[in-house]
Amino acid sequence: MAALTEEQTMIRDQARSWLTEQYPVQKFREMRDSQAEFAFTPDTWAGMAEMGWPGILVPEQYGGLGLGYLTFGVVLEEIGRQLTASPLFASAFVGASAVMLAGNDQQKQQWLPAIADGSQIVTLASDEGPRHVPAAISMQASRNSGGFELNGNKTFVLEGMAASALVVAARTAGDAGDQQGISLFILAADTDGISRHALATMDSRGYANISFDKVSIPADALLGELDQGYALLEAILDRASAGIAAEMIGTAAQSFDMTLDYLKNREQFGQVIGSFQALGHRAADLYTDKEMARSCMEAALQAIDDNGENIAELCSLSKCKTGDFLHFMSNQLIQIHGGIGMTDEFDAGLYLKRARVLESCYGNQAYHRDRYARLLNF
Amino acid sequence: MVNATEFRSAVKGWLEENFPLALKGQTAMLLELASVQNNLEGDILLWRQNLAQAGYGAPTWPKAYGGAGLTHPQAKILAEEMKRVGAFNLIPALAGMGVTMVGPTVLEYGTDDQKARHLPGIASGTIRWCLGLSEPSAGSDLASLTTKAVADGDNWLLNGQKTWTSGADISQWCGALVRTDSSAKKRDGISFLMLPMDQAEIKTRPIKLIAGASPFCETFFDDAKASKDDLLGKPNEGWSVIKRLLQHERQSQTSASRTGSAREAFQDTAKRYVGVDAQGRLDDADLRIRLANHLMDATAHSLTVRRIREEARGKVEVSAAASILKNTATQVAQIKSELTLELMGYQGLGWQGDSFNEEELDNVRSWLSGKAMSIYGGSYEVQKNIISKNILGLPENTQKG
Ligand SMILES: Cc1cc2nc3c(=O)[nH]c(=O)nc-3n(C[C@H](O)[C@H](O)[C@H](O)COP(=O)(O)OP(=O)(O)OC[C@H]3O[C@@H](n4cnc5c(N)ncnc54)[C@H](O)[C@@H]3O)c2cc1C
Repeated sequence: MAALTEEQTMIRDQARSWLTEQYPVQKFREMRDSQAEFAFTPDTWAGMAEMGWPGILVPEQYGGLGLGYLTFGVVLEEIGRQLTASPLFASAFVGASAVMLAGNDQQKQQWLPAIADGSQIVTLASDEGPRHVPAAISMQASRNSGGFELNGNKTFVLEGMAASALVVAARTAGDAGDQQGISLFILAADTDGISRHALATMDSRGYANISFDKVSIPADALLGELDQGYALLEAILDRASAGIAAEMIGTAAQSFDMTLDYLKNREQFGQVIGSFQALGHRAADLYTDKEMARSCMEAALQAIDDNGENIAELCSLSKCKTGDFLHFMSNQLIQIHGGIGMTDEFDAGLYLKRARVLESCYGNQAYHRDRYARLLNF
Repeated sequence: MVNATEFRSAVKGWLEENFPLALKGQTAMLLELASVQNNLEGDILLWRQNLAQAGYGAPTWPKAYGGAGLTHPQAKILAEEMKRVGAFNLIPALAGMGVTMVGPTVLEYGTDDQKARHLPGIASGTIRWCLGLSEPSAGSDLASLTTKAVADGDNWLLNGQKTWTSGADISQWCGALVRTDSSAKKRDGISFLMLPMDQAEIKTRPIKLIAGASPFCETFFDDAKASKDDLLGKPNEGWSVIKRLLQHERQSQTSASRTGSAREAFQDTAKRYVGVDAQGRLDDADLRIRLANHLMDATAHSLTVRRIREEARGKVEVSAAASILKNTATQVAQIKSELTLELMGYQGLGWQGDSFNEEELDNVRSWLSGKAMSIYGGSYEVQKNIISKNILGLPENTQKG
């Protein structure tokens, strides 16, 4: 853990005790089995709002706490440990980042206080196919008399069913594949012509495919400059990657702790299995990767807070290294638990399924390795 | 105490007056020289003397023992300022194992007399130390060593063979781990003795390595003498002394890669040799991704070094994390050499002669010598044992007896 400030330590301790006492992973399992409408329980979200979490990023002038990205990361990590389901990340992290980065003052006034108090759930709708390729956006936003008309489809929108508003990336010029000609819009999720289709994903989180059929929106729904949305979209995705990496570290750290515990307690051949060198060395590898991934994750969030020069590089580094670690860790979580790890009754499967979904959000490891090379010009 | 800004400007002024500009930018070459040669002349001698005078050879040691009594943050400023003007501290290279390992351990375990006799020579770079620990049958399992020392009047008499003793043929002093009680259990009858190398009863025989040079020796003790005053710590409790010394060794091997040129970014070297496609991507898709991965690992390693230092809040302690950092530093350096060799193609395969340039030949040598990084200082596997036992609390799995 970074050298946390007193405030960050306090927030982490509060988050940890609240989540482990009220919303341990058992609650996530109950939510999964209950087929909750939005893949989270309203009381979880209400409790988070009461503690002010949705306002962690939002500046004080817009009703938030203005505590920054690293602080939010501390909370997300604790959430990742318990798989606690809520729209917090989608809205208060990604949605808030989009409005903070791209919104004009009037848009900030309209959306940020509502994000901060939890009354609005704002989510990003960017990808259109089975893979994350931001420049490939082909959804059309054509000019009409009052503003724009949206036509097209978005896939795998996080909290897409629960969202009350959408930040949509669409094409106002150019062709799929061009960076130029992408624009961002913010609009209510129940605008006429929008239909949402809930996805039943293996990790039981709330995702939706969303289609837009002649959706008419006013000119002031434009977020940022016309045709110039790609750079903003990348900046939003950088933040999303950095944030989800914090959640991933939490998920992986919990998997690590469960595994270490098992290594110390499960006996075979008359000794605890952690005394076998093959497993001791694997634990050492996992631990080493964990420490490396954590450093990258914290450095990316810190760079965003400091408005550093190499944010994009560090965010790709962070997403890639936490992804690699979570992948390795989630497989070893099952392997080292043996048969018990394969049972649904045991929690390992919940973490493994979540792991793969988190890895593919906002670009998987392959995407970020390639992007890192592009950012370094080779 | 002076504040950081004042200290920094004092250091700047000192460097302006004391660093011979002719040495600027030759760090790697001169450090290499200082690690194999004792009698340096001209500007480099002057620079050693100036460093020693200021106590900057071992800047955090007490002034009384040849250091400058600096805090760790101050020592960091000193290193930064030296780097900025193209200067470097060559005393650790001249002192062999003195500055990084023997000195810190003497500071911790030594008597006042031992500190006064041994530390100033190290801090001034005038006495080079070697370490006689490993033996032909005692490598990773160091405690199985058999070199013996028996009391004889005012001395200990040493008999036995050490091996892989780096710099034994050019060192003035040696720290040797020896058995002083053969009846005790493996780890209990061991002592750490310090003895001068200039005696007829010690013979050294250089061993040539795969990289071509002979940085270490077999060392034979045949009634070699160590003064009774030169037993470090308590008799038969040398194991705790050596454990500490090895922690210092690990700590000194945790940072940064040592191979390759710092003149250009690694990816630019790759582009120069491999070429790029129309989109500016390295013209070898497989190598490109492995290179990206390597650069990420290198950054992850240095971010972790920094994070651990920050978490220690400025205290540079010998930490448990040294084992993970030693292993990641090793991997980063070894993979860098491998990638360099690969991207240079045929040009990366030379041994000598003018068909290959200096950069190409250097890489071959450091690729080879770099293989030692995962063997010495506790091998890669031994570090993993340490991580699983000391950090993760898993049961000991190798120690018998
Ligand atoms: C360049 C260089 C400089 C050196 N300088 C010095 C010096 O100045 N002074 C000095 O005293 N020594 C020095 N050494 C020696 C060094 O400390 C030893 O090489 C090291 O301790 C390993 O011992 P070994 O070579 O006998 O290998 P071994 O211990 O025989 O190891 C062989 C293999 O077995 C593995 N292995 C051993 N034990 C275990 C275990 N418990 N679990 C899993 N795997 C294990 C090792 O990792 C290795 O892969 C130097 C070595 C090198 C390469």
